[in-house]
Amino acid sequence: MTGVRPTRAARAGRAVVVALALLWSLGPVAYGVVLSMRPYTEVTRDPLGLPTSLDLSAFATAMRDEADGGFGLARFVLNSLGVAVGTVVVSIVVCVLGAYAAARLRYRGRAVTNGIILAVYLFPGIVLAVPKFVILSRLGLTSSLVGLLIVYVAATVPVALYMMRNFFLALPASVEEAAIMDGCTLGQLLTRVVLPIAVPGVVATAIYVFMIAWNEYFYALLFLVQHRDLWTAPLGIAQLGDFQVPVTVLLAGSIAVTVPVVIIFFLAQRYIVSGLVQGAER
Amino acid sequence: MRTARVPAARGPASGRPASRRPATQIGAQAGRARRENRSGWLLVSPSLAVVALVVLLPFALVVVFGFSEIRLVDIPFLGTEPIEWSLDNFERAMASQAFWGALWTTVLYAGLTAAGSLAVGLVLALALRRPFRGRGLVRALLLVPYVLPVVAAATLWKTMLNPQYGVVNAFGRAYLGWDTPVGFLSTTSAEVWGIPVPVALLVVVLFDIWKSAPLAFLFLTARLQAVPGEIEEAAALDGAGRRQTLRYILLPQLRAVALLLLLLRFIWSFQSFDDVYLLTEGAGSTQVMAIKVYTELVTKADIGSAAAFGLLMSLILGVLLVGYVLLSRRTEDS
Repeated sequence: MTGVRPTRAARAGRAVVVALALLWSLGPVAYGVVLSMRPYTEVTRDPLGLPTSLDLSAFATAMRDEADGGFGLARFVLNSLGVAVGTVVVSIVVCVLGAYAAARLRYRGRAVTNGIILAVYLFPGIVLAVPKFVILSRLGLTSSLVGLLIVYVAATVPVALYMMRNFFLALPASVEEAAIMDGCTLGQLLTRVVLPIAVPGVVATAIYVFMIAWNEYFYALLFLVQHRDLWTAPLGIAQLGDFQVPVTVLLAGSIAVTVPVVIIFFLAQRYIVSGLVQGAER
Repeated sequence: MRTARVPAARGPASGRPASRRPATQIGAQAGRARRENRSGWLLVSPSLAVVALVVLLPFALVVVFGFSEIRLVDIPFLGTEPIEWSLDNFERAMASQAFWGALWTTVLYAGLTAAGSLAVGLVLALALRRPFRGRGLVRALLLVPYVLPVVAAATLWKTMLNPQYGVVNAFGRAYLGWDTPVGFLSTTSAEVWGIPVPVALLVVVLFDIWKSAPLAFLFLTARLQAVPGEIEEAAALDGAGRRQTLRYILLPQLRAVALLLLLLRFIWSFQSFDDVYLLTEGAGSTQVMAIKVYTELVTKADIGSAAAFGLLMSLILGVLLVGYVLLSRRTEDS
């Protein structure tokens, strides 16, 4: 016996663990998908049954506007999309600059600013919810999507800085050195040399930021709960859960807002994961 | 942990000792250092501005609020009236049963979640350590709960556990002989074989483990991949069995990252609001601190009290963060 090579028993054991793990991770999701395709009355009559025919009307009902007898999810999705895209743009522009400086440039006070950024990354966010709410409502921004955008930028800048710095550190510095030798200005260096090779990292970070903004629930609840026309998709689904909305429609809505993030996450999965776990390899 | 990793001499001039250069180049280099200093500040200032406006300023304000009598109705007059300083918010919080109850619930919730998500992550990472056909796909699929929007995840779980049509109760009644449906999300405590079990809290913990274990799995996998294969081969040559390899070779390598994961998950779960609120809204004795802050602010309209709760929370988290920094320093050195 060599010890390194897995025995047959070990391989069988692994197969069992993998099967259980997949059931544990995907079981609830598969259950939700199945339920969303069954008529509501059938679900309450026979909870363990499988769909007899493919019924996608729950998706349509969830999406349609309230005026047409639906639940307005399409509008909530548009609100979410606007806030999330805005957050990505602002947060990425700020962080590309900051992260590049943190990764490459030696300036006075660099250790201090890096320390502050790390501290903010780890800072407990809930404590700041109270003052943020007070400031923004004093400014009259708590009942608008702009207020939400400001809060989301604040929430994503630390993690985006952290991820992007890791990406910049992993790039070879020699190209930039050559460009500086050739007399490149800072702006040229960033737009013509650094960004083109950093595209995967920037895209991965942008997707991660998008996911945070798209999934966020707490501030949306705190700011917008009384403004139904401004609800984001997560807030809309959570609020509708308190009304008499058929569970099949709720599940259809949940799946509809989940599918896009899962797809874009998997497209950029490799880069996002490497940006997140950097530093764990030691 | 991350800051210390930045190599000190990663600037454009690295690797070329100045002493070997003509004097004119040294002058040029000083100019470049000045320029680099200026561009550094130029680039980093937007980030710092965001941090100052949305982190440092709010933090200063939350301290002020915690020590003053201020309610939601006072917001329009903020900055126009003098602040009434007082310690009442803290005294009331410390004297209330609800505060200590919430603290205990939160510690239990965060502790169980941290331990559970590390354990599940470890099992997954070890099971998927060796290549097999379809491993990439399995790995990606295991991340789904982590990527799911929390609202969608909570809707799925609430449906599964629903007493009327949920699959768990239906299954229990059909095959396990349950007489009555179990209200998993509203039951404070139930006797299982004579032992009282906090049902709702455990369900919320399980939910959080389900959502967060994939991240632990990712970190542990990354660390496992960095373990040099020779160590294992050498151990095998010395006659170490699989169990011994795991016990004496792999687990010690994972210790540092496991400790960090434990601490980080505890810190994150300690302040988590979404998961608990979406599943139970605090019913079934699941009132964690974050929900307490929310109800003080929104339901009781008491900004001062909410700020005081938040500050007491951050005091506890602050101690943990210092622990995290010290811990990562130590891993850094070793």
